[in-house]
Amino acid sequence: MDYKGVWTIAEVNNGQLKSVSFELLSRGRKLADEINEELVSVLIGGKVDDNTLQELIHRGADRVLFVEDENLDGFVVETYSNVLSDLIAEKKPEIILAAATVNGRTLMPHVAMKIHAGLTADCTELSIEPETNNLLQTRPAIGGNILATIKSPDNRPQMATVRPKSSRPLDIDESREGIIERVVFKTELIDTRVKRLGVIINEEEDINIQESDIVVSGGKGMKKVDNFKMISELAHRLGGVVGASRDAVDRGWAKYPQQVGLSGKTVTPNFYFAFGISGAIQHLAGMKTAETIISVNSDEDATIFQVSDFGIVGDLFEVLPLLNEKLAKEGK
Amino acid sequence: MNIVIPIKQVPETSNVKMDPETGTMIRDGVESIINPLDLYAIETGIQLKEQYGGKVTVISMGPPSAAKALKEAIAMGCDDGILVSDRKFAGADTWSTAYVLVKTIEKIQDVDLVIAGERATDGDTGQVGPNIASAMDLPLATYVSKIDEIKDNEIIVERLVEEGYEKLQIQLPALLTVVKEISYPRLPTLRGKQRARKMELPVYSVQDLDVEESKLGLKGSPTRVVKIETPKVTRGGKIIKVSDDESLNNAVDELINFLKVKEVI
Ligand SMILES: Cc1cc2nc3c(=O)[nH]c(=O)nc-3n(C[C@H](O)[C@H](O)[C@H](O)COP(=O)(O)OP(=O)(O)OC[C@H]3O[C@@H](n4cnc5c(N)ncnc54)[C@H](O)[C@@H]3O)c2cc1C
Ligand SMILES: Nc1ncnc2c1ncn2[C@@H]1O[C@H](COP(=O)(O)O)[C@@H](O)[C@H]1O
Repeated sequence: MDYKGVWTIAEVNNGQLKSVSFELLSRGRKLADEINEELVSVLIGGKVDDNTLQELIHRGADRVLFVEDENLDGFVVETYSNVLSDLIAEKKPEIILAAATVNGRTLMPHVAMKIHAGLTADCTELSIEPETNNLLQTRPAIGGNILATIKSPDNRPQMATVRPKSSRPLDIDESREGIIERVVFKTELIDTRVKRLGVIINEEEDINIQESDIVVSGGKGMKKVDNFKMISELAHRLGGVVGASRDAVDRGWAKYPQQVGLSGKTVTPNFYFAFGISGAIQHLAGMKTAETIISVNSDEDATIFQVSDFGIVGDLFEVLPLLNEKLAKEGK
Repeated sequence: MNIVIPIKQVPETSNVKMDPETGTMIRDGVESIINPLDLYAIETGIQLKEQYGGKVTVISMGPPSAAKALKEAIAMGCDDGILVSDRKFAGADTWSTAYVLVKTIEKIQDVDLVIAGERATDGDTGQVGPNIASAMDLPLATYVSKIDEIKDNEIIVERLVEEGYEKLQIQLPALLTVVKEISYPRLPTLRGKQRARKMELPVYSVQDLDVEESKLGLKGSPTRVVKIETPKVTRGGKIIKVSDDESLNNAVDELINFLKVKEVI
């Protein structure tokens, strides 16, 4: 088989790289070093300045493959899938990693189907199998009850989406050098059947719970919508965002994009706070892989304590205001 | 509107038990249900039929028992159901599952819209919907939270993205995957249940579909599961009980200290 190199798919928003692009590079760097191959950051999009492209190299890439065209400003899966499949056919990468974001989880299965490649969703761990150099892809399944390790022994490229925040970006190293390769965009790859009419941006900066290092969530124990202000206050003080259990969302205390769990979002922040959340298995499925879990619940038998690194058995209406007050005194 | 909805039967996961020896799920005694996220697809399909006319066909690839899921969907108000079942399909990953579902949908004439769930709660990949769209070359909108309108052979939808909502206008026939926000699933009606009970559902096997055997089941799947582990649930962290003002004060101080050690503040 003549497939070579590790590719990671960078994501941009208004010309700015999303941090997940760098997380993918730090994953990719390890894999590429292990199999002694080139690490390539693939960027498909509209205008992006040179400094931004250089940052991909400073964060670990050996090469940047940049397909730039104003028609690529804004993600349209059909067109992006045409572009990526075309690149794959030409350059034959061994491994492709994308972020398990809305776009990554739309693009990758679209491409994988076309080129008959194996694709593993939402991986939390990636490694190389020593004897075969196959990519071993580990992911939670069945609501987080199991961890499955998957490989695609016979098909190339091996494709995976990776959970945002499940790895740390490499520090910027300005001495790193690499190649920026601009690929001419073939206009026949545009799919005209789909038009983007625009994005309605959420005013509350709170909403993007998958990209934050700190998520502060409230559940049914919050009792009413007004009390969620205490949650927002804490989130604000810590520089985090607000999440919620399904019960809180169903009651209208938080919005659906804030829902954590099986039928909401899966988050892997560095810190997850759970206030008045019992820890039902469907909720755990969405936050169990957080690095550190901190919970407050009045019921000492609440399941949430089993997955917590720090727990307080107590009334959240006493703990939360006091915590906010003390943080204020600390100048937070 | 001729609508097709692929639905999956999944084990009810709220009380999943794992076999600690083999690391596999104990399926005995576990009830099977329609993938909860597919209920939103079913509801959306029925609402579109009510508004624009036409019909809704649910299809499912799975063991013979998956007929129950199809009948439930019919009891909710879907018109037809097709069970796709054959031992040769067993062990299919998302690629091979989508392949078989595509061949099934292609047998249904003049499909305007395919609506899939966002993901199945067991495999939890969310890949099969986009896979089908890709293989059938249908325009695709994933994570759809609202359908604004359908006219002149085009559909305008809102989809949930990280930054908020994105509006897309796409040509029909098309494929949507929908999120929970799009609708509130109705319950089956008594009349619906009666209709479903009497219905004979067609069962497609390998012979009924124009499929290449090399693309079926485990053999036709690019991915292989090589290991299954049951992760430890407990973290055994520090748990502090609050009983009075003093212990409350101490607990909060300890928490702040914990956050300092962890460099959150
Ligand atoms: C198919 C399916 C999908 C689902 N998907 C999701 C999902 O994505 N996300 C999700 O979250 N759930 C989901 N659920 C629902 C899940 O099963 C639980 O019902 C839900 O997570 C419970 O939310 P909760 O913890 O906020 O509420 P509860 O379980 O009611 O817990 C409230 C907690 O607050 C505590 N409390 C009350 N008052 C106080 C106080 N004053 N101080 C401190 N603590 C207090 C209580 O002790 C209790 O533990 C799903 C269920 C199903 C069947
Ligand atoms: N075996 C199946 N039969 C019918 N539809 C399926 C099947 N597997 C998956 N689907 C559909 O694809 C969606 C995503 O499933 P998955 O990719 O397995 O998470 C589901 O919500 C269903 O709409």
